[in-house]
Amino acid sequence: MLELKNVSRNFGGLQALSNVNMVVPKGRVVGLIGPNGAGKTTLINNISGLDHPNSGAILFEGVDLCKAPPHVVTRAGIARTYQNIRLFGEMTVLENLLIGQHGRGRATVFEALAYLPRYRREEAALRERARTLLERFQLERFAHMRASALPYGDQRRLEMARALATGPKLLLLDEPTAGMNPAETSALGEQVLRLRDEGMTILVIEHDMSLIRQVCDEIYVLNFGQIIAHGDPDEISHNPLVIEAYLGEEDDGAA
Amino acid sequence: MDSGQQFLQQLINALSLGTIYSLFALGYALVFSVLGVLNLAHSAIFTAGAVIGLLLMRYVNASAPVAFLGAMIGAGLLGIILEWIAFRPLRKRGAPRISQLISSIGAAILIVNGFQLLFQSLFGRTEEYFPRGIVAEQPILIGSLSIQPIRLIILVVSLALMLLLQFLVRRTKVGMAMRSVAFNQRTSSLLGVNVNWVFMLTFFLAGALGGAGGLLYGLSFSRVTPFMGQDIALIGLTAIVLGGMGSIQGAVLGGFLVAIFQTFSIALGGSSYRDAFVFIILFLILLVRPQGLLGQPEQNRA
Amino acid sequence: MNFLGSIGISEAVIQFMLVNAILGLSIYVTLYTGMFTLANAGFMAIGAYTGVLLTQQLDWPLWAGVIGGMVAAGVIAVPIGLPVLRLRDIYLAIATIGFGEVVRIVLLNFDQIVSSLIELTTGERTRFALVNGARGIRGIPKLTETWHLVFFVLLLAYVLYRLHRSRLGRAMAAIRQDELAAANMGIDVVYVKNVVFVLGAMIAGAAGVFSGHLTRIITPDAYGFSQAVDILAFAVLGGTSTLVGPIVGGMVLGALPEVLRFMQQYRGLFNGLVLLLFIVYLPGGLINPAGWSSLWRQARRERSSQGETLPEAS
Ligand SMILES: Nc1ncnc2c1ncn2[C@@H]1O[C@H](COP(=O)(O)OP(=O)(O)OP(=O)(O)O)[C@@H](O)[C@H]1O
Ligand SMILES: [Mg+2]
Repeated sequence: MLELKNVSRNFGGLQALSNVNMVVPKGRVVGLIGPNGAGKTTLINNISGLDHPNSGAILFEGVDLCKAPPHVVTRAGIARTYQNIRLFGEMTVLENLLIGQHGRGRATVFEALAYLPRYRREEAALRERARTLLERFQLERFAHMRASALPYGDQRRLEMARALATGPKLLLLDEPTAGMNPAETSALGEQVLRLRDEGMTILVIEHDMSLIRQVCDEIYVLNFGQIIAHGDPDEISHNPLVIEAYLGEEDDGAA
Repeated sequence: MDSGQQFLQQLINALSLGTIYSLFALGYALVFSVLGVLNLAHSAIFTAGAVIGLLLMRYVNASAPVAFLGAMIGAGLLGIILEWIAFRPLRKRGAPRISQLISSIGAAILIVNGFQLLFQSLFGRTEEYFPRGIVAEQPILIGSLSIQPIRLIILVVSLALMLLLQFLVRRTKVGMAMRSVAFNQRTSSLLGVNVNWVFMLTFFLAGALGGAGGLLYGLSFSRVTPFMGQDIALIGLTAIVLGGMGSIQGAVLGGFLVAIFQTFSIALGGSSYRDAFVFIILFLILLVRPQGLLGQPEQNRA
Repeated sequence: MNFLGSIGISEAVIQFMLVNAILGLSIYVTLYTGMFTLANAGFMAIGAYTGVLLTQQLDWPLWAGVIGGMVAAGVIAVPIGLPVLRLRDIYLAIATIGFGEVVRIVLLNFDQIVSSLIELTTGERTRFALVNGARGIRGIPKLTETWHLVFFVLLLAYVLYRLHRSRLGRAMAAIRQDELAAANMGIDVVYVKNVVFVLGAMIAGAAGVFSGHLTRIITPDAYGFSQAVDILAFAVLGGTSTLVGPIVGGMVLGALPEVLRFMQQYRGLFNGLVLLLFIVYLPGGLINPAGWSSLWRQARRERSSQGETLPEAS
């Protein structure tokens, strides 16, 4: 489904990604791990169009997206969450989910201004979908609250709901459990598995190894911008290169 | 006069105008590099320099050098006051930098209108001339070139001030503190640099330079108006954008380039398009190379 | 009307206030989208000149002049917006200040430019005279009526009200809050920004046409930097969290110097003070429901529960 070919990115001398090759097959949950500063977020930024590789190709369902702007990537079916939460804090939770569906609406501005039936039907449908997502992530009671007023864990879940609102085929999660307690973390893991069972493809960055073991079908390990290992969770945890890369960072992030 | 000499004459005019632009633009650049904000009230401080100089000459018969010093100090103090009322409260609140731009516009309007009222009550009109004979008026002849003494004075005084600033920023402890705050405010304050004090000092220096520029500008036309800063506000902005926002050398370079460009565009196309040329440069630079000639590009991070 | 008259608000003042309300809305749409531009005085000038020429030279009716002025401002906004809107905050502000100045200079020299163009192409020396440089256009018929303005403000308010509840309106708010995240929601940020910039230009252009047919004289210098700052002051005073804010801001700033006669001499001082004090002490402006209600809650809490401070996520 997603295929990276020799993707490289450097920031004025710093090689954040070098010749990354990676395949995310349809319907699988792929983990991406690596020490701090390894280039994981950079990789997700490049896939989602916020940043662009210096060389290489990013093929999504056979189409090269490496120069595509973010909204094109999203409309092609890739959605993401952020390591540092980036909700629209001044909007309500519901509105955040409406924004998520931006690319799916068809009514024109003029239909909206004239308050025509198609616009009204579409608004109702958008709201309905937003409600479904709220239920799915147990956020209904917050629907009309400002997103910035939500408790931290709920903000993370809202971000995931908002990403799903765009109607993606591939979901990129950047440390979705950062700052969550163990109970919240495993609940989120359940969500991820449920999404996979419904046919979603997921690429997840995580420091929390228990979550990685819980959800991932396969894992890539990134260190200094290079893929140093690839395999299923068991193989990875016994790979000497990986152990070496993580030396001294063992408990990092797994609060 | 042949065309070579005419060129030289023009060049000297351009250089003396350029030093004023550079002095003025340095004020914008200092504040932008240390605080990361654009102080649009800087043009009002420029005017303040000229006004203070004029008042000192008029009402206490100050000599030119004394008036000049007074203007620099007065304009510097005005800079500090501005920092207190228009910037510090917003910075404390962590307001976006556009808010600080707006408050500085407000301050500029306040100052300019204040001067307008002052002029009306003191002189009964909104322009005033310097007393005669403050600077020598007999043109200096070099070969067949005739140069106004004020132009030479401007050149020498401005260059001296720029060198002084360069020395201050590069070679002194105070300059070190300024540079470290410009580089990273948080770290500097952890290292024991008194950040607020550095900000005050920056505004004082910026104000003093702007004030000096204003007085020299006024002297070169021998006239002061409350609105003289408005003519030069955008020219100064063009200079710093051209040189690279927040770059000290860039501001100086930008000031000279704008002056040279202006002077020769008058020679080519007539004075009514002089300013249009400047704004076209401003536009082009912003679009093609927003970081300016000597600046580093800004990166955004997700 | 009698009461209003007694406090110095004549019909002419009301008309002036309504024009300000339109101008306030013109900058509101861009601010609402997170774009700080000071180009609206320039677009107002373009609208004013176009509209006035249409009614004066071609005898078109006012509404046709208004549409003409809006179209002219909108059309010019496209090639300006495309490159300039790639810039952010301070850089965008500087570029748009520059644009305003260019408009002013072009208007000052318009006749001369056209004359030399004619001379270049046909070789004939002519003295083209249409906008009369700094002297401006005089003797403009006073076509604008109060009800035109009331109608236009209401129409505009309705359009913006509906817009806020549309996809485009939500995209505008999203871009203001986080441009990159908005792009990742599938919003074409460049497109939305340009549409809004053009919309703001058209609104300013309409205000220009209306005001030109009120003041009956238009000169390039009336649309300089200080007009741009006045427009900004309307938005800052009223606040931009609702569309009522800039309307109120524009009307209040239009009325105050008339109500407080002694202020007339100090109008400039007052505008400066408004910008400074509001940005520093009341950044949400006068009309800011969320801000006021949280202030109110805070005050009540302080009174009711002394010493017992509950931490609240913000
Ligand atoms: N826009 C940028 N400009 C310059 N350098 C950058 C930029 N973005 C990232 N980097 C650098 O690239 C490297 C990789 O950063 P990245 O954020 O991708 O790491 P990461 O693997 O996500 O780390 P973490 O686990 O801490 O989130 C880091 O050294 C970082 O400083
Ligand atoms: Mg990261």
